[in-house]
Amino acid sequence: MAKTLGPVRRKFSPWNDPTAKPLIEFRNVVKRFGDFTAVDDVSLGIYEREFFALLGPSGCGKTTLMRMLAGFEHPSEGEIRLAGASLAGKQPYERPVNMMFQSYALFPHMSVEKNIAFGLVMDKMPKGEIETRVQEMLKLVKLEKFAKRKPHQLSGGQRQRVALARSLAKRPKVLLLDEPLGALDKKLREETQFELMDLQQELGMTFLIVTHDQEEAMTVADRIAVMDHGKLIQVAGPSEIYEQPNSRYVADFIGDINIVEGRVTAIDGGLIRMEAAAPRVSIVMEDDAATSVGATAWMAVRPEKVRISHDAPIETGVNAVHGEVWDIGYIGDTSVYHVKLDDGGTFRAAVANVSRTVERPIGWDDRVWLTWSKTAGVVLTA
Amino acid sequence: MRRFSWFNVVSLTLGFAFLYIPILILVIYSFNAGRNVAVWQGWSVRWYVEVFDDQQLLDAAWVTLKVGLVSASVATVLGTMAALAMARLGRFPGRLLFSGMIYAPLVMPEVITGLSLLLLFVAVDFDRGFWTITLAHITFTMCFVAVVVQSRLVGFDRSLEEAAMDLGCRPTATFFRITLPIIWPAVVSGWMLAFTLSLDDLVIASFATGPGATTLPMKIYSDVRLGVKPEINAVCTLVIAIISIAVIVASILTKRQEVEREKAERAAFAGG
Repeated sequence: MAKTLGPVRRKFSPWNDPTAKPLIEFRNVVKRFGDFTAVDDVSLGIYEREFFALLGPSGCGKTTLMRMLAGFEHPSEGEIRLAGASLAGKQPYERPVNMMFQSYALFPHMSVEKNIAFGLVMDKMPKGEIETRVQEMLKLVKLEKFAKRKPHQLSGGQRQRVALARSLAKRPKVLLLDEPLGALDKKLREETQFELMDLQQELGMTFLIVTHDQEEAMTVADRIAVMDHGKLIQVAGPSEIYEQPNSRYVADFIGDINIVEGRVTAIDGGLIRMEAAAPRVSIVMEDDAATSVGATAWMAVRPEKVRISHDAPIETGVNAVHGEVWDIGYIGDTSVYHVKLDDGGTFRAAVANVSRTVERPIGWDDRVWLTWSKTAGVVLTA
Repeated sequence: MRRFSWFNVVSLTLGFAFLYIPILILVIYSFNAGRNVAVWQGWSVRWYVEVFDDQQLLDAAWVTLKVGLVSASVATVLGTMAALAMARLGRFPGRLLFSGMIYAPLVMPEVITGLSLLLLFVAVDFDRGFWTITLAHITFTMCFVAVVVQSRLVGFDRSLEEAAMDLGCRPTATFFRITLPIIWPAVVSGWMLAFTLSLDDLVIASFATGPGATTLPMKIYSDVRLGVKPEINAVCTLVIAIISIAVIVASILTKRQEVEREKAERAAFAGG
């Protein structure tokens, strides 16, 4: 894509560098459980120091993919390589990766210190070094005061930190995080997301996170792989996933979106013209999607890129629909308007509430026009 | 507020009376000064002294104790292994049959268990005595251990073992460092149960024994057939004391484990 997309998090994109070698490589990995194919021909490279997210609904194969990297499952076909060496036949206790479990899996009969030290003891690290490392880890997750406590004497958030410290203590090449924040409440989860990002930057480690929460994936990850039914649907940075989804599945899974099905009528120098039947609207989009005249395509535009107004636009024939306000969702920072279109279907527009009072507020049952610019959305072919 | 109606009080009293009056009489009469078990002649501990002078009785007690310790320990190992297999192997061919067969001895009449073991020992020409009693007790107590341990394994989070292996722990070490310590209370109460069952057993031991190996219940039973001697009351009182202590310890362990688990669960729900 020639367009520049949204804000760039930081200058880090080894995946665009043809000379860079990925740290983790999935090569045509297939995993079957009986008749069920959990992971279907996945090829993927994850680079050193990358924060990578596997995102998808439950049952899409993301956890299986991670468990194969940890060594709890073995691929039916294909190969997984870590730092250039195949992991085939390597048991979980022989792999330089550590995992933070969704249930935290803290050893209930051991204190916080003993839990954190467990992996180091297994490595037969000298006692003095273990003590130093455990102290360091406790400090890192701010649990120095809780060293002697047992897991059941901790709150959920504290347990999550112990689990994190334990999986980081061995300084693994890759840290695997399986829905790490699923059990925390929203506010704590958001805080912890930023802490995880800082931690990953500070330690310079490669993190692989599995999550079904798209906001979480967007917040923490450098790149996201969206999965469905065992297949990778799209692998890209958060802004590209959001602004340039490659399919209706990704567009729909990430955030909120309006999708209109239509027929391509003309392709002309980066402009695609479409005619849609429901709602009846002519669409002109600036996009270079690989489609052809006469083909079915979908226009996808995010609600926040749709303008809502009482007044008709100057040019009413193109990229404009009208209808009646059906519902208003007030979220605080934004209001989402659900508009029932005159010729069928609904359309959503989101408006940022930038000032506390509005002169002519849009209310229920108001007749409104919804418009969007040529660059507001994308044309999808799948 | 009246929490106890007369009906409740009466049924409770009757119930406890039925259960404990015979035992209470036995305990009281073990302190009787006279030789006649039916006539109270004042307090004394002379029968306890006589018990400890009765070499035959002491030998029987010693055999019982040895059988109990050995059979409970072996049954605990085997029962725990069976429970692990049941809880872990998922579906394997014949799983239902295997689980049914583990529980069958629980409901099998002791006479049948005893007789079948006797026939087996005779068929393979095994010298009957201490070891046959021990083997018989292992057989019938093992399933009790399996039931107790399996009930603990039902709620066991497998990711604990995965976490240990992920941190570099080999499977065998994982069992001893993680799994066993967590299910330990269930294993201990399984052992206690097996031990008390072995101490109590008369029927199976009678079938499996041979010359030279007499357990305490067998000795008491054969003595009583020749008339009740006051020493027997004293011995029985001692056995009751030992078994009560074992049962109380086992139930305290189980209870404590439950309380711990509840506490952990509560903390988990309150988490945040």
